[in-house]
Amino acid sequence: MLENLKQFASEFFVTGDPLIYGADVSIGLVTIAIVAGLTYFKKWKWLWRNWLTTVDHKKIGIMYILAAIIMMFRGGVDALMMRTQLAIPNFEFLHPEHYNQVFTTHGVVMILFMAMPFMFGLFNVVVPLQIGARDVAFPYLNSLSFWLFFLGAMLFNLSFVIGGSPDAGWLSYPPLSELQFNPGPGQNFYIWGIQISGIGSLATGINFLVTIIKMRAPGMTMMKMPMFTWSVFATCVIIIFAFPILTVTLALLFLDRFGGGHFFTLDGGGNPMMYINLIWMWGHPEVYIVILPAFGIFSEVVSVFSRKKLFGYTSMVFAMMIIAFVSFFTWAHHFFTMGSGADVNAFFALSTMLIAIPTGVKIFNWLFTMYRGRIRFDLPMLWTVAFIPAFIVGGMTGVLLAVAPADFQYHNSYFLIAHFHQVLIGGVVFGYFAGMYYWWPKMFGFKLNETLGRWSFWFWNIGFYVCFMPQYLLGLMGMTRRVSTFDWDTGWGPLNVVSTVGAYLMGIAFILQAVQIAYSFKYREKDTTGDMWDAHTLEWTIPSPAPEYNFAITPVVDSRDPLWVDKQRRAAGKLPQKDAKPKYEPIHMPSNSGIPIVFSTFFFIAGFGFTFHWVWMGVLGLAGVLACLAARSMNDDEGFYIPAEEVEKTEASLRGTL
Amino acid sequence: MANHSDHSHGHDEAHAHGSLKSYIVGFILSIVLTIIPLVVVLNHMLSQLPTILIIMVTAVLQFVVQLFFFMHVRERQGNQPRWNVMALIFGLAIVLVVVSGSIWIMTYNGVGY
Repeated sequence: MLENLKQFASEFFVTGDPLIYGADVSIGLVTIAIVAGLTYFKKWKWLWRNWLTTVDHKKIGIMYILAAIIMMFRGGVDALMMRTQLAIPNFEFLHPEHYNQVFTTHGVVMILFMAMPFMFGLFNVVVPLQIGARDVAFPYLNSLSFWLFFLGAMLFNLSFVIGGSPDAGWLSYPPLSELQFNPGPGQNFYIWGIQISGIGSLATGINFLVTIIKMRAPGMTMMKMPMFTWSVFATCVIIIFAFPILTVTLALLFLDRFGGGHFFTLDGGGNPMMYINLIWMWGHPEVYIVILPAFGIFSEVVSVFSRKKLFGYTSMVFAMMIIAFVSFFTWAHHFFTMGSGADVNAFFALSTMLIAIPTGVKIFNWLFTMYRGRIRFDLPMLWTVAFIPAFIVGGMTGVLLAVAPADFQYHNSYFLIAHFHQVLIGGVVFGYFAGMYYWWPKMFGFKLNETLGRWSFWFWNIGFYVCFMPQYLLGLMGMTRRVSTFDWDTGWGPLNVVSTVGAYLMGIAFILQAVQIAYSFKYREKDTTGDMWDAHTLEWTIPSPAPEYNFAITPVVDSRDPLWVDKQRRAAGKLPQKDAKPKYEPIHMPSNSGIPIVFSTFFFIAGFGFTFHWVWMGVLGLAGVLACLAARSMNDDEGFYIPAEEVEKTEASLRGTL
Repeated sequence: MANHSDHSHGHDEAHAHGSLKSYIVGFILSIVLTIIPLVVVLNHMLSQLPTILIIMVTAVLQFVVQLFFFMHVRERQGNQPRWNVMALIFGLAIVLVVVSGSIWIMTYNGVGY
């Protein structure tokens, strides 16, 4: 009996690696600390009522961003481990198998569990406020999306200590990801983690598309929407059409692994290339999913901090919608070397280069917005300015990669690694940081410390170039991606050391940001204006942080920059200095619900069961999911009203110092 | 919702949500369109090609029935754009790209070797 148990435990838990034992201990200690802390301060009820069951889009947004930052830490540690391993030729820090797991989880965590939730967090915090809505179209679904994402991410991260991590690369190409070469549970964790959080992503896409179409303030026509809202609109369209492809592809892979199917196997009529074809039909639009909101953020920031209207609004909208559409026609550029012939490669090379045109239009629009503006270099603007050169270089190397014949040289080399890190860090991460700094006062009511922010900014930027510029050269020197080590005589040593130094600089930058958040929280100065940046759009007309009902009175809009235009009219004496006292009405609000977190936990249980081929557990989990669906269907809760007097009281106390 | 269900007849009305009658008609049509291929396949009534054709034709018809009777593709609010139709057309375009693109890529797969 005891022997059996020992045998089981040694297979169930990841054993034998001191790094992982260390992580086990720290995970255990942190968990104990959190549980003890919550119990000691009697915060369990508070946590459940105010956060875990909330349907308030602002709180859900904050939870998304918090989860994204934690995942950035995890993915960042993976990155530093890889760079450490590659710092010295023939270094023996990570075994090759462990290295495979680390680069796989780094990619999955950074794209799906860092960039995506960071993006959804900003959607949640900003979009309803920006269009003058009281919440998203489906608040309950929104909460469900978050918990599906979160528990999917946790299931994936569990593989690190239980069962072993996936190791077939971030897109897990077959045949390596098939049962034949990857019999362990790691790959199942991958499939189920991504499937569960993918349901959440799809639901969020639908939710925000409907929110934007249906819930804009009166007077806000489509062409009067703020640019960030437009970018979310474009992103949601891509999400709705791209994510089902991912779901189907991973479902087929699951059938291969679980049910003995032959969709992507080497024998039995399967074709692994088909997986690569399908996964990139999602994978390419996915990179536009994460970059378009960043474009939206830059558009907001650049016009506010240049004290000008956005240059070329209409062309920005068209550029974004064209990018969204063409993003579905470029996927084969990820596998030019598959050898589908000159016709196929020429088509996809051209469609890829085509995307550079609307993107270039956007870059010029941002530059022209800054031109003759009175620019303020606060943190959001700093990140925006840093983004432009980074993204131009990244975009240009992207066009180089799009040249199909030349790609046979670059393919899967460090040149490619440097390219996509440059657009994903220089574009997406810089963009989300700009957004985080810009909307932080709206989320929490205080600004993040400027000095620490600048230190972190320079560490990020210098570290970024020091890390990735050498990688372009390494790629041209023949270093391929995913090698776990290399020999002295390759001559790659010196540049790899430089690159590792850059990675550690970015690690320091991240720590500085964590310090910045803690410091700013401790020494916060409450913002009393609600409009810290002298901004242009509706979210800054209400107090910071926004009250739970957002707008006491639904705003009426007649221009693209309603707040800014109103401020100008006030200054010109065309509007009274103070609004007449409004007549408040009761506000209808949705009730909190515990179902989403329970529902997602059952999904987690189902995923865990199928991962280990414990069918009873999988079925149990799915039965729980069905029970939650039934419970929701039987629920007649119509929400509640906040009485007009309470709205008046809240508004008076929040705006009292105005 | 209840007060929507007692008026609305005919095909060309752009009313909000369907009536009981339209739901029943849609339901019966869907069942009939499901039973036809089922009967044909289970009884081996036709040879391979016509069987496949019948399955595909009834599938497409059922798709249309679902769109009109359950998905309310004709529905619009006031003078709002026809979002449902736009989404449908875009979706069909993407499906076309996914299918024809995959066939194109996979057919010539290996030419380069």
